[in-house]
Amino acid sequence: MRQVIHCKLSKNLLGIFLILLLAFSTTLSAQEGDPAKGKTLFNANCAACHQLDKKMTGPALRNVETRLSNDQGLDKAWLYAWIRNSPGLIKSGDAYANKIYNEYNGTAMTAFPQLSDEDLNNILAYTAEVKEEPVATQTTATADTGSDSAISNELILGALGILFLLLASGLYVVNKTLRRFAEAKNIELAETSKRRPLWKAFVQNQFLVLVTAIFLLLSSAYFVYGYLMQIGIDQGYQPVQPIHFSHKIHAGDNAIDCNYCHASARVSKTSGIPSLNVCMNCHKSIYEYKGETSVEYSKEFYDAEIKKLYAAAGWDDAAQQYTGDSKPVKWIRIHNLPDFVYFNHSQHVSVAGIECQTCHGPVQEMEIASQFSSLTMGWCINCHRTTNVKVEDNAYYTKIHEELSKKYGVDKLTAAQMGGLECGKCHY
Amino acid sequence: MSSNKKYWKSVEELNENSSIVETLKQNEFVEEIPTDEFLGDKDSLEASSTSRRDFLKYVGFSTAAATLAACEGPVIKSIPYVVQPEEIIPGIANYYATTIADGYDFASVLVKTREGRPIKIENNTLAATSGNANARVHASVLGLYDSLRVQSPRKNGNSISWDELDTEVVQKLTALKDSGKDIVLFTQTFASPSTSKLIAEFKETYGNVRHVVYDAISESAALDAYQAKYGERGLANYDFSKAMTVVSVGADFLGDWQGGGFDANYSKNRIPQNGKMSRHIQIESNMSLTGANADKRIPLTPNQQKVALAKLYSYVVGGSVSGNLPEVIEDAVKKAASQLKKAGSNGLVVTGIQDVNAQTVALEINEYLNSKAFDKATPIKTRQGSDKEVMTLIADMKAGKVGAIIMSGVNPLYTLPNASDFYEGLKNTELSVAFSMKEDETSSGTQIIAAAPHYLESWGDVEIKKGHYALTQPAIRPLFNTRQFQESLLKWTGNESTYLDYIKEAWGTSILNGSSFNQALHDGMFVGTIATETTDTTEASQNLETPSSGDAARALADSAKSSALELTLYAKTGLGDGQQANNPWLQEFPDPITRTSWDNYLTVSKADADALGLVNTYVSNGALNGSYANVTVNGTTITAPVIIQPGQAKGSVGLAFGYGRTKGLKQEMQTGVNAYALYQGFNNVQEVAIELASGEHEFASVQLQNTLMGRGDIIKETTLEIFNTKDKEHWNAIPTVSLNHQETPVTSPEVDLWDSFDRSIGHHFNLSIDLNACTGCGACVIACHAENNVPVVGKTEVRRSRDMHWLRIDRYYSSEETFEGDIEKKENSEGWFTGTKTALREMESGAENPQVVFQPVMCQHCNHAPCETVCPVAATSHGRQGQNHMAYNRCVGTRYCANNCPYKVRRFNWFLYNGNDEFDYHMNDDLGRMVLNPDVVVRSRGVMEKCSMCIQKTQKTILDAKRDGRLIKDGEFQTACSAACSNGAMVFGDINDKESQVAKLKEDNRMYHLLESVGTKPNVMYQTKVVNTTEA
Repeated sequence: MRQVIHCKLSKNLLGIFLILLLAFSTTLSAQEGDPAKGKTLFNANCAACHQLDKKMTGPALRNVETRLSNDQGLDKAWLYAWIRNSPGLIKSGDAYANKIYNEYNGTAMTAFPQLSDEDLNNILAYTAEVKEEPVATQTTATADTGSDSAISNELILGALGILFLLLASGLYVVNKTLRRFAEAKNIELAETSKRRPLWKAFVQNQFLVLVTAIFLLLSSAYFVYGYLMQIGIDQGYQPVQPIHFSHKIHAGDNAIDCNYCHASARVSKTSGIPSLNVCMNCHKSIYEYKGETSVEYSKEFYDAEIKKLYAAAGWDDAAQQYTGDSKPVKWIRIHNLPDFVYFNHSQHVSVAGIECQTCHGPVQEMEIASQFSSLTMGWCINCHRTTNVKVEDNAYYTKIHEELSKKYGVDKLTAAQMGGLECGKCHY
Repeated sequence: MSSNKKYWKSVEELNENSSIVETLKQNEFVEEIPTDEFLGDKDSLEASSTSRRDFLKYVGFSTAAATLAACEGPVIKSIPYVVQPEEIIPGIANYYATTIADGYDFASVLVKTREGRPIKIENNTLAATSGNANARVHASVLGLYDSLRVQSPRKNGNSISWDELDTEVVQKLTALKDSGKDIVLFTQTFASPSTSKLIAEFKETYGNVRHVVYDAISESAALDAYQAKYGERGLANYDFSKAMTVVSVGADFLGDWQGGGFDANYSKNRIPQNGKMSRHIQIESNMSLTGANADKRIPLTPNQQKVALAKLYSYVVGGSVSGNLPEVIEDAVKKAASQLKKAGSNGLVVTGIQDVNAQTVALEINEYLNSKAFDKATPIKTRQGSDKEVMTLIADMKAGKVGAIIMSGVNPLYTLPNASDFYEGLKNTELSVAFSMKEDETSSGTQIIAAAPHYLESWGDVEIKKGHYALTQPAIRPLFNTRQFQESLLKWTGNESTYLDYIKEAWGTSILNGSSFNQALHDGMFVGTIATETTDTTEASQNLETPSSGDAARALADSAKSSALELTLYAKTGLGDGQQANNPWLQEFPDPITRTSWDNYLTVSKADADALGLVNTYVSNGALNGSYANVTVNGTTITAPVIIQPGQAKGSVGLAFGYGRTKGLKQEMQTGVNAYALYQGFNNVQEVAIELASGEHEFASVQLQNTLMGRGDIIKETTLEIFNTKDKEHWNAIPTVSLNHQETPVTSPEVDLWDSFDRSIGHHFNLSIDLNACTGCGACVIACHAENNVPVVGKTEVRRSRDMHWLRIDRYYSSEETFEGDIEKKENSEGWFTGTKTALREMESGAENPQVVFQPVMCQHCNHAPCETVCPVAATSHGRQGQNHMAYNRCVGTRYCANNCPYKVRRFNWFLYNGNDEFDYHMNDDLGRMVLNPDVVVRSRGVMEKCSMCIQKTQKTILDAKRDGRLIKDGEFQTACSAACSNGAMVFGDINDKESQVAKLKEDNRMYHLLESVGTKPNVMYQTKVVNTTEA
């Protein structure tokens, strides 16, 4: 955890440094406008349809100003007019405006009359920034720290091992030398008396044999029992999914609410695996991974996974349109309850207001999702015994809570007292 | 047990010398379990290569292998949508209003879908005017997942594309346009305004088009009579809730008479309120569901029924008719007439005699009475077939006058009595197309099978009653490459719009009158005022002469001729006209009267059976065997098994339609005999000759294995008179036990062995079942099947008493001409062992016309449950909310609980029904499994199961309320059975909510618990049956 914070910090510092550097460099160029402010404005207003280096709903915008003036001979005023009122410009019969309009399948650009000259200059300054090369140093750095710690551990162990060997051989040598001394000085070494071997004594002592037998039987029974009891319990089940979906990136780094994707958890018995159109809500514009990476999970790796999503959803990223050729993703279900158990997510999420993490664990930290809880009946029941029912502001509970709390003489009722231990509540 | 009658379940019980009944009283099985037969066979035992040691080795090895295999869990895949539809949330059910209109059953329903799969049919309470979902409608969802459905259009056995089909059909139709030969559309009754319009357009396009409507079970006589009298082709619509005196002559109006759907209103008046309830007199030959519910039932042969109806007319309206009736019957008819007269506009006469005169007479009487129940403004439109036109068509086909025939929703090669004529004619046509879901008898005989969708995959509209419109909408995308009839007509008339758009347009112009189509689609129905013309079916019957009133009655009486034996063909509650014969739920549904599943049979009265030498025998473990009989009508002979039916009119026999199908259904479903072969001239009454045939038929019946064991107070019954005048103690006394030599009611806490839990906090569920309102229709049984994934076990298993129905409807007979006589006899016979015998023997003659009570029995959810205390592993336990829980995963299958249950409601899974080719029903194939309810576990082999009081439904209701943060209103809690019961017999709810209906019913005087004396304190209660014996 600390490491993560550290990484973030260093990344932030690096970012600030880079921005400062760029800001400095841009002031050197003939452009006016603040690219930092421009970035904010760009992300707020333009990013839904434009990227700097990639054609999306609209064209790529890197160096748009210079490109326009060089290639088309259009000045800043044309750009201002286009941004503030592109439909107007198209209607006026402007040749290039119409060309662009038709090139993008007649999708009109939203007009932004509210952007001032200064805003536009800032945005244009941002688009004029030099393309940032992938920060290779950082990835290697993180990779190094990772391997560093691994190496240090091995080194320490190795050193300790060598030390132990040295010590053992030292002792052996000392012993041998002393014996030679004793021999040389004719000191008789005390002869070890011939005693009964230990095992014979053990075998002859029936009490000890009995105790040991009982102990062995009990302990093996313990292990057999332990083995049998874990059959069918898949705690820690972490299958390889057809698409490497990282909950850490989505729910953790980007803090997306669980219910955004698992929307039916609020109303239905199943939490629902999001359909691909939900993924595409965001991934239509998020076509590459920009977060932190490691050797195993590199940017290329994540980008390839996003490509898999595009293939499944039938999204042609280059043409920015659906091909209609979709392939449903066959996810592997992690949390499997037997058919004879009825479980309802909405009861727990909406009515009881339980955090998803209570049962599913720190999903926001899971690079690969796994089963956190044992999902045994004992686990369910323990929770029902200890968890109070959330009765506040729920008219359904008012009367029953009042009556039951009087009956049991308590202020707060557990799910068990509400009847949550009855067989038929979950088995039908 | 003060006011009880003697009840019995099978004729055998009345036989004093029956060793079987005697043995059954002592033992579970009549015969020794045949272990000797197996072990005594030394040769085969010795010849076997598997020794005892080998056997043990195999057992040990397979146990070890199974244990090892169980150590590794399977990898379970989870595949989300690519684009999730907005309205679907996995785990949450969506409901859509739609309408079934398969030509036989018409009803507005709600379809419950989960993840896009229709899994259950429920009543559409918004559309109460459009009939209720009966057992068949509830079961119809399974037809969607029938593995034998035609999956794409076929020509001569090869799959073709719709384009190829269209090209060929249009080409042939165009060629026929000027050939002088007819193009015939031979269809079911659609009762659909849009389809009628579409067919009219089709006629315009091709000119020489004839539309022939065909109902497999004809109501032609009633239609003709109504048309002659009121000038409109429809069926008289009756609102039974407005009738206080009902006289029915041969009309099974609680069954399928005139399309059915009358039971809900009928039941409203059956519950005594303010000392009043309706009086129902039934004159019939077969023991029908309606007769079983009647206050007074008069068994009478069909011909005598005609005389009786004519006499009834003369007594009520006036005039004299010829014909003689036995004195007792004459007297009864006279009394019925005077009661009708007294009731005046509260009276109602209905008849099921398929005779124009009879129907006219019934209409006349109702007119005379000015019956409030007779709703002339809204005739029923769900039967429009005309026998004459069908006959003409067959003749024309044979003569080669028909060039092309396009069929939809009909199966004439199965349902026509002269199917061979039709087949001959079919071969004369140049083009024959059948829209069909199956490769059935008819479609396999045509050139082209146009794969038709299920109604849950189709669009449509229906005018169930005049001015009452309903919409059909798909609840799932077509599973197969199917296209509906109407969609095809649009294609063939060159109309490019979809059928949905076509309906929208048709409704917009002529029905909705400015209302919203989407609202109508949401409601599933729309009550309008403008009637659309359905003229295409009526032309031929325009020139019917109207017989004047008195003439009709006289003609009716004259038409009655005496014959030795008369056969009445009828439709069973389960299979109806036989469309859904491949539906295992309906096959296994026990007939409400005979309690026999998987069969149809000839019902014969005891007297006739004795005369003809027909017998029913009870064998081994109490199963029923019956003789075969050759049934000959006009030279056509079929061989059917015989069941001796108490209450069958002497001189009459009955046989059900819908069985004996041979094509388009699984081997297991090919049960019974085809009664349509005897349906000559579309007349359901035939003169018949019967003789004993060789062989013995094995029936799969339920509820005749055991005796009542003297527990006569299972049913409580009283008369309206006693109910109104005497105290509760007289007719619904609480049983007493002796405590310190004091008679103490069993309900008092002192006699209880157990400490009671405090159930006053939270919910406490109770189910009330009103024996007066229950007609025994069985909709609840099928609803329970669908909701709770109850497996189908098949005929042989049912015969072994291994049926799995969580909810059964027991049928009890009691015999006495008058009720008072019964009580008297009962009171005189002290001690059931000695007394009952003589009393029962005296009743034997009464078995000719027993009274019938239906009693739905499911787990009674006893507060002091005997099953819970004997379970060695505590697999069954009690919840605070009153439900008796069953943890299947904990059950080890000792079956102690079933043995200790006084109500015999626990069911044991003898086999893995969901994965065993021996039980090749819907649960054994992937398509059929789609109907399973994902909220209820599918039980495995070796565990006990039973009614859970639909805990999944109560839990859901509670959760919904918790999530919304609100209290639960009365009526929100429902079980599958109570929701399916449109008769109001089953009321479910929370008795801790003192304002709830069920809490009030618990305090009702009529309330009693089943076997109260056992002290189980059930959470299911019954309301004493009250019979209106008031004679005028």
